[in-house]
Amino acid sequence: MRRLILIAVPYIWLLALFLVPFIIVLKIALSDAWLAIPPYVPTLDISAGWAGFKDFLSGLDFENFIFLTEDDLYWKAYLSSLKIAAISTLFTLLVGYPIAYGMAKAPDEWRPTLLMLVILPFWTSFLIRVYSWMGILSQEGYLNQTLMSLGLISEPLIILNTNAAVYIGIVYTYLPFMILPIYSALEKLDASLIEAAEDLGCSRLSAFWLVTIPLSKQGIIAGCFLVFIPTIGEFVIPSLLGGSQTLMIGKVLWEEFFSNRDWPVASAVAVILLLILVIPIILFQRNEQKQREANE
Amino acid sequence: MPQDVFAPWLDPDANPIIQFKNVTKKFGDFAAVDDLTIDIYEREFFALLGPSGCGKTTMMRMLAGFEAPTEGHILLSGQDMAPVPPNKRAVNMMFQSYALFPHLSVWNNIAFGLRRNGLPKDEIAARVDEMLRLTRLEKFARRKPHQISGGQRQRVALARSLAKAPKLLLLDEPLGALDKKLRQETQFELMDIQEKTGTTFVIVTHDQEEAMTVASRVAVMDHGKIVQVATPPDIYETPNSTYVADFIGDVNLIEGKAGAMDGDKLAISWGEGLADIIGTPHTNFDKGQTVYFAIRPEKVTITHDKPANPIAFRGKVLDIAYLGNLSTYHVELPNGQIIKAQTANNRRISRRGFTWEDKVWVSWTDTAGVLLEN
Ligand SMILES: Nc1ncnc2c1ncn2[C@@H]1O[C@H](COP(=O)(O)OP(=O)(O)O)[C@@H](O)[C@H]1O
Ligand SMILES: [Mg+2]
Repeated sequence: MRRLILIAVPYIWLLALFLVPFIIVLKIALSDAWLAIPPYVPTLDISAGWAGFKDFLSGLDFENFIFLTEDDLYWKAYLSSLKIAAISTLFTLLVGYPIAYGMAKAPDEWRPTLLMLVILPFWTSFLIRVYSWMGILSQEGYLNQTLMSLGLISEPLIILNTNAAVYIGIVYTYLPFMILPIYSALEKLDASLIEAAEDLGCSRLSAFWLVTIPLSKQGIIAGCFLVFIPTIGEFVIPSLLGGSQTLMIGKVLWEEFFSNRDWPVASAVAVILLLILVIPIILFQRNEQKQREANE
Repeated sequence: MPQDVFAPWLDPDANPIIQFKNVTKKFGDFAAVDDLTIDIYEREFFALLGPSGCGKTTMMRMLAGFEAPTEGHILLSGQDMAPVPPNKRAVNMMFQSYALFPHLSVWNNIAFGLRRNGLPKDEIAARVDEMLRLTRLEKFARRKPHQISGGQRQRVALARSLAKAPKLLLLDEPLGALDKKLRQETQFELMDIQEKTGTTFVIVTHDQEEAMTVASRVAVMDHGKIVQVATPPDIYETPNSTYVADFIGDVNLIEGKAGAMDGDKLAISWGEGLADIIGTPHTNFDKGQTVYFAIRPEKVTITHDKPANPIAFRGKVLDIAYLGNLSTYHVELPNGQIIKAQTANNRRISRRGFTWEDKVWVSWTDTAGVLLEN
């Protein structure tokens, strides 16, 4: 009995917090938009009993999903989101890896402080931090002021409301998710392995490529997924820092819900987004599993 | 001296493969290696022996190129090594922790160094297979390091460090993690491999038995200095200090005052009412100088009756340590000095002659012990 409860708890958790909301969203995605409250039909009339349920089922169809394939806005938004997520994951890795490496190589007594510094930004509001990037990146912002006063540029750079600002925002926001798993992989790395590689004829650089990188691979993979997965559906950063040409599915979703009040199409967009995310999430889980096995 | 005795250190024309010239290594103010000068010759199996923290690993790391000497020079085949980085030295090291690459199979671990040389594929494969055969690891070639036992890992580490056929192989406590039985087997294997490959081995150990077993010469270290370098029999029979005598094997140390020389013999007075010990010194002792007389327990004879030998003392058996093949008796002399005497148990236990509290004689010949100054 106790075992049953123990097993049941995570399933009930999953059911309540994932499956039920998903079914509700899926149901809306299969409905049609209607001027009503809520703004879609059919709605389930429980008082009508079995006949009502049959009525309700017959009202559901895949129209909205078909619509998504017809209007190229949607698949372009998905592709563009994947592209932006992939590019910003790469940038985050390029920025995050050296930081994690430096932290892992730092003297022992420094490490808690450095870890703290990485985590510290999380203690202030995410929105405020994104807004302050607007202050930094805008035409009269601190960045342009500094560069101009140093005489490096004569015209202010236009960064805000471009994809560049989106990349900067994403890299900044998700950097800790990249640093922490890589740091934890590098910290475990035995320094004598690098010496062994050098002893066997590696230069510093090739020892890094042949030993350090492969042995921090799991951290790299974990970090990349932790950045990539939430970035695909990111909404706040592209809408605050991005411009009109920044196409991301999170923004499309928001507009369908709140500007068009087309809940069924918005829900269909969300369902597809979820299906797209399932693949990297499964891969991520598999990587975590492998890591656990390797540590045993 | 016959031709086939291997003793290049006695040959004034032999060129050492390694020379330490007044090498000092400091970490901050602390000298881990202190003004060390030593020559090691080709094909030697050279053992560095000393307690933990005496600077053995530091010496090895300087040879491999991971640490630079603070002062002095290290020469390899006559060439100063200071500007040569670790990856350019014809030296390979077997690490104390083995340092096997966990992400590579046994085969790829062994091939790692060969690949750095840019050898053709089939040559690499042939060499790796040869190493696998040498270390009897053929069956485990595809496994990852965490899928094999400690003893097998140790052999992979050895195979990997031998694969590039280095001029010099450094082994830092290579057998530390093995149990006693496997360790003894592996010692003989190491000697065998050293002989087959003709590589110069420098082995670090804190186990004196291991050093004595494998080495052509043993260097005993203490606090960053080498106290004595000699062949195993020499270091055992003629230690140059009480430190070495005590560190290598078991020893009785008796403190006394030098008397007058009588020919090549020296009388040592060492306790009231006890006869002088007569010893054969190798160095000069002034009259009245403090002398330490060191004698190995197996050179002390224990008897019930007064022996014919003039150096004999009466005492009583205090303790008996039965080791199977040997027994060690702790005999207390009238002045409280304990003398350890060891006999081989070549008779069955029921016929052994001594028991606790027995009055016995301990005796030795006048050449059995060594006279030391400190
Ligand atoms: N990198 C280092 N920094 C500071 N002290 C060190 C370092 N490496 C070794 N030491 C010190 O040098 C001494 C000798 O160390 P080591 O050569 O490892 O000894 P052994 O191998 O003989 O046990 C020790 O006291 C150790 O604490
Ligand atoms: Mg050591």
